[in-house]
Amino acid sequence: MRLTYPTSIRIVRVPCTGKVDVAHLLRAIEKGADGVYVVGCKEGECHYKKGNFRARKRVEQAKKVLSSIGGDEGRVEMFNLSSSDAPLFVKYAEEMDARIRTLGPNPLKKKNSRAA
Amino acid sequence: MTNTELLHLDGEPGNFTARIRKEPRFVDISKCTSCGECEKACPIEVPNEQDKGLSKRKAAYKKYAQAIPGAYAIDKRGTAPCKATCPAHVSIQGYIALINQGKYREAIELFRDTHPFPGVCGRVCHHPCEGQCTRGDYDEPLAIRELHRFLADWETEENAKILPETAEEKRDEKVAVIGSGPAGLSTAYFLARKGYAVTIYEKLPVAGGMMAVGIPEYRLPRNMLQREIDIVCDLGVEIKTGVTFGKDITFDSLKADGYAAVFMGIGLHAGRKLGIENEDAEGVLQGVDFLRNAALGREVPVGKDVLVIGGGNVAIDVALTAKRKGAENVTMVCLEKREEMPAWEHEIEEALEGDIKIVNSFGPKSFFIDKDSKKFSGIEFKTCTAVFDKEGRFSPSFDEAACEAFFGDTVIIAIGQATDTSDLEKENVPMTGRGGLHADPLTLQTSMEWVFAGGDAFYGPKSVVDAVASGKEAAESIHRFINGMDLKEGRIKEWTYDKPDIVNEPHKDRTPIRCLDPEARECNFLEVSFGYNEEEAKNEADRCLKCGICSECYQCVKACLADAIEHEQTVAELNLEIGSLILCPGNETYDPSPLNDIYSYNSSPNVLTSAEFERILSASGPTMGHLVRPSDHVEPKKIAWLQCIGSRDNNRCGNGYCSSVCCMYAIKEAMIAKDHCDHELDTAIFNMDIRSFGKDYEQYYDRARNSAGVRFVKSRIHTVKEIPETGNLELRYADESGELQVEEFDMVVLSVGLQISESTVETAKRLEIELNKYNFAETTPSLPVNTSRPGVFACGIFQGPKDIPSSVTEASAAACAAGRNLAQARGTLQKEVVKPEPIDVEGQEPRIGVFVCDCGINIAGVIDVPSVREYSETLPYVVYAGENLFTCSQDAQDQMKEVIKEHNINRVVVSSCTPKTHEPIFMDTLEAVGLNKYLFEMANIRNQDSWVHGNDHEAATEKAKELVRMSVARAASLQPLYERQIPVTKRALVVGGGVAGMNAALGIADQGYEVVLIEKEAQLGGLGNRLTKTIEGMDVRALIADLRQQVEAHEKIDVMTDSVIVDFSGFKGNFKTEVLAGESMASRTIEHGVAIIATGANEYRPKEYLYGENPKIATQLELGERIYNNTDVDDLNHVVMIQCVGSRNEENPNCSRVCCQNAIKNAIALKKRNPKTGVYVLYRDIRTYGLLEDYYTEARKLGVLFFRFSADDAPVVAPAGDFVNVTFTDHILGRKISLDADLAVLSAGVEAEDTEELANIMKLNRNAQHFFLEAHVKLRPVEMGTEGIYLCGTAHSPQLLTESIAQAMAAASRATTMLSQPFLTLSAVTAVVDPDKCASCLICVRTCPFDVPRINETGVSEIDDALCQGCGACAAECPAKAIELRWYEDDQITSKVDALLEGEI
Repeated sequence: MRLTYPTSIRIVRVPCTGKVDVAHLLRAIEKGADGVYVVGCKEGECHYKKGNFRARKRVEQAKKVLSSIGGDEGRVEMFNLSSSDAPLFVKYAEEMDARIRTLGPNPLKKKNSRAA
Repeated sequence: MTNTELLHLDGEPGNFTARIRKEPRFVDISKCTSCGECEKACPIEVPNEQDKGLSKRKAAYKKYAQAIPGAYAIDKRGTAPCKATCPAHVSIQGYIALINQGKYREAIELFRDTHPFPGVCGRVCHHPCEGQCTRGDYDEPLAIRELHRFLADWETEENAKILPETAEEKRDEKVAVIGSGPAGLSTAYFLARKGYAVTIYEKLPVAGGMMAVGIPEYRLPRNMLQREIDIVCDLGVEIKTGVTFGKDITFDSLKADGYAAVFMGIGLHAGRKLGIENEDAEGVLQGVDFLRNAALGREVPVGKDVLVIGGGNVAIDVALTAKRKGAENVTMVCLEKREEMPAWEHEIEEALEGDIKIVNSFGPKSFFIDKDSKKFSGIEFKTCTAVFDKEGRFSPSFDEAACEAFFGDTVIIAIGQATDTSDLEKENVPMTGRGGLHADPLTLQTSMEWVFAGGDAFYGPKSVVDAVASGKEAAESIHRFINGMDLKEGRIKEWTYDKPDIVNEPHKDRTPIRCLDPEARECNFLEVSFGYNEEEAKNEADRCLKCGICSECYQCVKACLADAIEHEQTVAELNLEIGSLILCPGNETYDPSPLNDIYSYNSSPNVLTSAEFERILSASGPTMGHLVRPSDHVEPKKIAWLQCIGSRDNNRCGNGYCSSVCCMYAIKEAMIAKDHCDHELDTAIFNMDIRSFGKDYEQYYDRARNSAGVRFVKSRIHTVKEIPETGNLELRYADESGELQVEEFDMVVLSVGLQISESTVETAKRLEIELNKYNFAETTPSLPVNTSRPGVFACGIFQGPKDIPSSVTEASAAACAAGRNLAQARGTLQKEVVKPEPIDVEGQEPRIGVFVCDCGINIAGVIDVPSVREYSETLPYVVYAGENLFTCSQDAQDQMKEVIKEHNINRVVVSSCTPKTHEPIFMDTLEAVGLNKYLFEMANIRNQDSWVHGNDHEAATEKAKELVRMSVARAASLQPLYERQIPVTKRALVVGGGVAGMNAALGIADQGYEVVLIEKEAQLGGLGNRLTKTIEGMDVRALIADLRQQVEAHEKIDVMTDSVIVDFSGFKGNFKTEVLAGESMASRTIEHGVAIIATGANEYRPKEYLYGENPKIATQLELGERIYNNTDVDDLNHVVMIQCVGSRNEENPNCSRVCCQNAIKNAIALKKRNPKTGVYVLYRDIRTYGLLEDYYTEARKLGVLFFRFSADDAPVVAPAGDFVNVTFTDHILGRKISLDADLAVLSAGVEAEDTEELANIMKLNRNAQHFFLEAHVKLRPVEMGTEGIYLCGTAHSPQLLTESIAQAMAAASRATTMLSQPFLTLSAVTAVVDPDKCASCLICVRTCPFDVPRINETGVSEIDDALCQGCGACAAECPAKAIELRWYEDDQITSKVDALLEGEI
């Protein structure tokens, strides 16, 4: 459908969101990403049965870790949609983009740039 | 093979010849990259059938995003009638479509491609196209001529000269054209475009022929003519005027001057004579001479009173010219009656407007000559009584007695034209007896092979457009002649067309032409017609009905950089040698238009069919999933679904069957609609019965009713009427007690049924396949996919109405049946791919090649591809970066192979589109040069970038660079992976020897594979042994006996009765099962490649309704047995049947599917034995789905009485002496009824066989009711979660015997697919454990959704790559990070993240 979504988003392909590790999410933040989110199939529609439930748990865990070290848990998120639902993909992309813009740049990055 | 139709089938099973007709797609699918540029360029919009007409699509289109093949197609309905009729075959619909878009330049380019004179013909054409315009059959034809005149006027106003495409290279050969009329100019025009040097020789002082000296200036302004002649000259054509052929030049001189060919287009510049005395007197003029002299500005004294003889267009031109030249009174006299006059009506009217007197039905008898001056002074006319003879030939008859005299100063004769041959005599020009040029009608070649002839001089007086057509053909012939090609080959093209049906098209008046007032025309030659302005032209163009669908404007050809569009494709027919034929032509949905008086479907936009509503709910639909009603795009608050529209209705539509799927889709639509609304949505489904009979469907119905609040209303619909003020709908219906109720809704959805289309019926007729009365394929219960013609099989809805799981199952069943005739030929058409020596990359530093794709303009139109390519070169390990127009094209792939070899590339990154469609293509290319295909990575800079960021080129380019950087980083971390191949044990194990198991065993064994069939009982047959007859009347016992005999006699089938499975191990293709068999319990180990579970089910043994306590209470199977055996069934006065016993309750929430038909079968049998027996069926919903509905109808006709009860008000059964008393509520009467019956029959449900142990041993999943679970309800309905294990029969779910047979065949087919593989290739993308890191914590064992990891003998986790599905859940979960998923290893994922965020911190 070629719907437009914000240019701030880069996609990393995984076979199933169940493959996404807490470490992957936190590493993105650590390396300077302003936000990171996981897009999985709708709950109950995972090809591998429960991968998206696992992903959600891990996203929750990453949120906890992030807030425990003073970060904003809103920088990490999980969304579910059907692969054919382009409008919803765009909606979530816009939602996340707007949220990150409100939160501002990753403070790790900021601190460093101030130091520089 | 898409776009094909099966025409005939000859031969016999195993050896058929199928005649196939292949309609053109007009797109070469091997070249189409699915980029969609053609669609963007296409000016034609038509209703989108995918969206049920709720949106538009282009004529160049792809039906939906996931369509297979993923290529575009061009939709044509033959040629548009206008183009087909136009002698020059101008793409009329095309330029009209382009006018609609304001693309005037493109429109005129298109016109000029086939016709050099848009302005001239825009004024003088007799437009035969308009005569065939479909609008003309409806209101008035389009003003086609005025529209191209508008284009020429626009070009003039813009002071543009839009030249047609010409050959890039000029040719040395010269061609001479004699005569500069439209035929000569056209010949020159088309030859010059092919690169020839053309010289036109013209006798007169001006160029243009009759366009210049025949057509008066007030009709065709000379500046317009000159403009269009100038364009011919701009192509390099030289025009030499004042040169007479026969005098100044001759054939010999032309030959000597080096001309390779000559075209004679000399026109008809002499007038025909009356042939009466004194015709050469002064004052007697010839029309053509008169017009020529007037046009050339010569003196033409006509006096005050002018007579014109003739009734054609020339005569009118003569009369109007005479008037403009000062004549006061002009009188036209002609032979014909007014309505017979050959002049066009609009010209006659123009003459009358110009004060010309027209006198009809007179022929000249003699001239009056003034004795003194010897000048003409008048004519005596005789009355013409008839112009044509009985055969319609011109043969005037006169009444010599009825004469009349007319007087005047001048008479101008305009009764016909002739060739002026005065200078031709010496040249021996080939002439016909009638004085015209003689040439071959197809090639226009004369008897002098280098001389060609065309135009009026060849075929007689015609219009400019005919001359253009003639010139075009002459140019083609001359080109072929010069190049020594066959002049005739492929020249005859039939121009056929189909006019579209016009339905609901609003009337639109033809846009009138503004003209000079008649008074303002006097004594001047100003152009009479003003033509259209832009607004008028667009207004008129908008009336086009797009008859051809594709307008052949060829904008797509220009837009397609892949060169994939082929407008010249034609229909092809071919023969296919086949062994079996499977028909699955599908269905159409019922069109409720004929019931508009009831449902207002046509008259109210807010009444939709369920198929339309489905599209509104779809994310890719017309509203992108936004639930709004069509009339005002407001979100509805109340929606009603009306069931059984076009189903269960013998009266109004003839579809007496139940369509089987509507209840479930209506519930689904209601649920999704609620989901799509932010506000509370009230949904109500108006129904007679809810038929949720499929596996677990009842639970969905329960959820909809109890949790989601969907209302279900038992009702009969009276009418749906629109409330004009609001667009809402007033629904009137009778409720269950028969009371009329009224309720208002925002939208109404008609749950339309399924039916077989007319074209499918036609196909069946051609193939000699018998259809039943509802046009479904005739099949039998025991052979559910066999049609009446041996070797031809049917599946899907063509076989009978059914849902998707059943259709998919039946498709596999048909494959099984078809495969029986093909077993011998298996593998004979296989070709082996030869792979080159693999390139060893072990230990090498990465050498990465990056291929950046333009994808035509899909990527390059947004992203600065050269800068992405340059950037790629700077990335680590990149040794090569290239750019391709289409990286996926064959030549680019070949080039990629060379580049890989030349630069010793050991990792490849393609930066283009999505790996979903293109990864396999590029991986093949890698393999073709010996590079491991996993050393490959794609950066999706199209779908994830240029397509979605088209409005920000800079950001898109930046993103592309980052995506490439990420991909290069990952590519550098990739290692080769190897796909393991494992053998397949060519033996099947079938568990369960009932009808399903026996059919599955036969299905596999008939394909040539060994089968071991295990039955726990002493004999085969299962539950089938308790069945008697099917509802259709088939004897089940005979069927079982036959199956048993076949199975036991089959040399490939090994039957083991009294056997149980005690151990099971292995994986797909390689299982081992231990069985204890017979009374001795001898152990036997069976090695097999596949297993089929067919363990069956039983009739539920009721705990309710005093069953087992009272002899007057039986189950339906027991009653069936009694009927079959004729015991105690004839003297029954009253029999009560109670439905849903042991089904649809708390213990078993599912519907048992078979009980309704079972009850009806027995009820009919009782009624037929003894019509006096009262049979009462107490039901909750009658679920006689599909064609079973007919039996429900029959039962009612036979007098079986049906009473509905609610689950919370179940019947009560009590003993009553010799009888049994049943009390229940009648809804219509609204009171309790008590009945003493001879027999109460319980429709006991279906209960799964006890498979607890088996499920544990084989690790198979079951649902709460202990039916086995399939891998996917719709996509893999007979496969189980464990690969290599299949499922069929009542072990899957309750089903009818015939459905069990189909499912067994389906399982056999799927199993055979695996057995027939020489080996199985395992995915390389699997999880692998590093034993050194494994702490044996068992987390992986618990995580894996497929139970694959196990702790091995050495005490660490081990993952069998034959079983691993590659999801990576274990790798993510492993706390020791001992597990990696190959190709998605942690460092391969984080390399991308790191590369993306490089330098951010």
